Amino acid sequence: MSTASSRLTPAVLPVDGDGALMPPGVTQPSRRSRFVRAGGFTPYALLTPALLALLVITAWPLLQLVIMSFQEYGRAQVFGAAPEFVGLNNYVAILTDPEFWGVLGRSVIFAAVCVVATMVLGTLVALLLDRLGGIVRTFVSVGLLLAWAMPPLSATIVWGWIFDTQYGVLNHILTDWFGLDFEGHSWLIDPLSFFFVAAIIIVWGAVPFVAFTVYAGLTQVPGEVLEAAQLDGAGAVKRFFLVVVPYIKPILVIVTILQVIWDLRVFTQIYALQSIGGLAEQTNTLGVYIYRVSLGSGDFGVGGAISIVLVVMLVAVSIFYVRQTVKEDSL
Amino acid sequence: MSTATRPAPNGARAAATRPPRDSRPRVRRRVGSILTGLAALVVFVASVFPVYWMVNTSFQPNAQVRGSEIHFWPDNGTLDNYANVILGDTRAPFGPALANSLAVSLITVSVALVFAFLAALAVTRFRFRSRAGFIIAILIVQMIPAEAMIISIFRLVDGWHLLNTVLGLSAVYIATVLPFTIWTLRGFVNGVPADLEEAAMIDGLSRAGAFWRITFPLLAPGLVATGIFGFIQAWNEFVFALVLNPRPEAMTLPVWLRTFLDPNGGINWAELMAASTLVAIPVVVFFLLVQRRMTGGLVAGAVKG
Repeated sequence: MSTASSRLTPAVLPVDGDGALMPPGVTQPSRRSRFVRAGGFTPYALLTPALLALLVITAWPLLQLVIMSFQEYGRAQVFGAAPEFVGLNNYVAILTDPEFWGVLGRSVIFAAVCVVATMVLGTLVALLLDRLGGIVRTFVSVGLLLAWAMPPLSATIVWGWIFDTQYGVLNHILTDWFGLDFEGHSWLIDPLSFFFVAAIIIVWGAVPFVAFTVYAGLTQVPGEVLEAAQLDGAGAVKRFFLVVVPYIKPILVIVTILQVIWDLRVFTQIYALQSIGGLAEQTNTLGVYIYRVSLGSGDFGVGGAISIVLVVMLVAVSIFYVRQTVKEDSL
Repeated sequence: MSTATRPAPNGARAAATRPPRDSRPRVRRRVGSILTGLAALVVFVASVFPVYWMVNTSFQPNAQVRGSEIHFWPDNGTLDNYANVILGDTRAPFGPALANSLAVSLITVSVALVFAFLAALAVTRFRFRSRAGFIIAILIVQMIPAEAMIISIFRLVDGWHLLNTVLGLSAVYIATVLPFTIWTLRGFVNGVPADLEEAAMIDGLSRAGAFWRITFPLLAPGLVATGIFGFIQAWNEFVFALVLNPRPEAMTLPVWLRTFLDPNGGINWAELMAASTLVAIPVVVFFLLVQRRMTGGLVAGAVKG
């Protein structure tokens, strides 16, 4: 485990075999080998099972979702009544519904806060890992790995316990050790405080990933360049922003995009936290809202329209991700 | 902390070339390493504490957990919580949930690995039309959120009459983990040069023989790592499991874990922590085993709960 962190490779490169993912002792593949060839029908046969699975269980439901978002589709339709096409009615309904805008705004702001906090803390932890000596770094790495490995639901429940109103360790400590009046303080009843707790849970779980990935990038910044900058009189902060950041920029971009995608679609943490004690109406984010509108209220048409909005948002963000990935990785 | 006496390489480099105007470089250096050590301690404690607190609470009697004193160590340690959680009959039973989780995760991994492996071969060992298009489609498909698809997936599985079955949930999970699995395996297969196979063919092996005898053994570790990662995904998945398999006898572990959260009835935190620990253990163990190999693929593969 001691080499756990030092073996991590620059995040953006490795998939095509520039290091970590390559089996040991194997050299770079020569890409346009004679051997790699057209092969006639064979590649399509090899692709068939995966393609079929994705067509049936991803593409088809996605198409259904689009269709449903243009239909009146409620409980009656679930039990067999023919759905009726209502044009853009569902979209008009959500776009004129203040609750939808509230949920959308909440989701975007919440995701933004989580992404910024995760990226800043993750980068700071990466810089810290870079400065630490072997043994201490191993300890910190193992700690980060534990946090990273926790299933989101277990993590949310544990944090809910720490923040518990009556018996939570946090209120105990704040009251007993710091003399603050936190006895019986509810952290989840106020929406703002609820999202503060949710953000802690999400950032806690996401920082290790960012830290390891950025740290892997930091190890690729050549020492000579940093030394040269230092001789020229650049301080630590200047060195970081003018020398290190340009080197690791591709990594930072990809990781940020991934965080945006993950945090916009957050479901488990919010849903579980609501079960522990939040007010659902005031703390729904897009993912949870879709669940409540469609499966809770039985309004599948409107739920479908909201789903499409979320899909469009995420695919738009993904395009940046795909472009960046394709740039880093010759297909 | 050991950093206090042994400055990090950066610090040493900085000190060696620091301009002379700094009159007391030694003191500054020491302060610097103490701060670094402190920061390391804070990061370590912040990462580990919740995990520790979960395990710590799970070994304490519920009465003690609800006491006015904090117990930072499981004094009066007990296994009652685990016994209640595993054997208790008030909630959805643990045994079937564990069996369902294992079955769904194993089916998902085995099928997804085979499908993804074939697809990865196609895109790495052959040039064909729409190859790049397929890879880009894979990248985009894995960004489509499960949360948005729950309605139509629910209808699809309902139409197959596979709600509350291991088979239905596994089918959905296979499609969910496929894109990531294909993308990662593609990286592994790319890492094995086709020249090796070519050489083996010159020595008299058939094309398929060269692949199975030369390339496949080199891929085995990658297959294992990718498989374990798919397993973790399936094991942790919550949204689809919640919607598709709500019946107690059909639940997977995460949905079972949720049954403990009953805000009206009051939460038995000690038992809940024991239950959380049971759900987390396999994931944590597997994760520690494969993370080294998978970190790179994660970024490209974009997989997270």
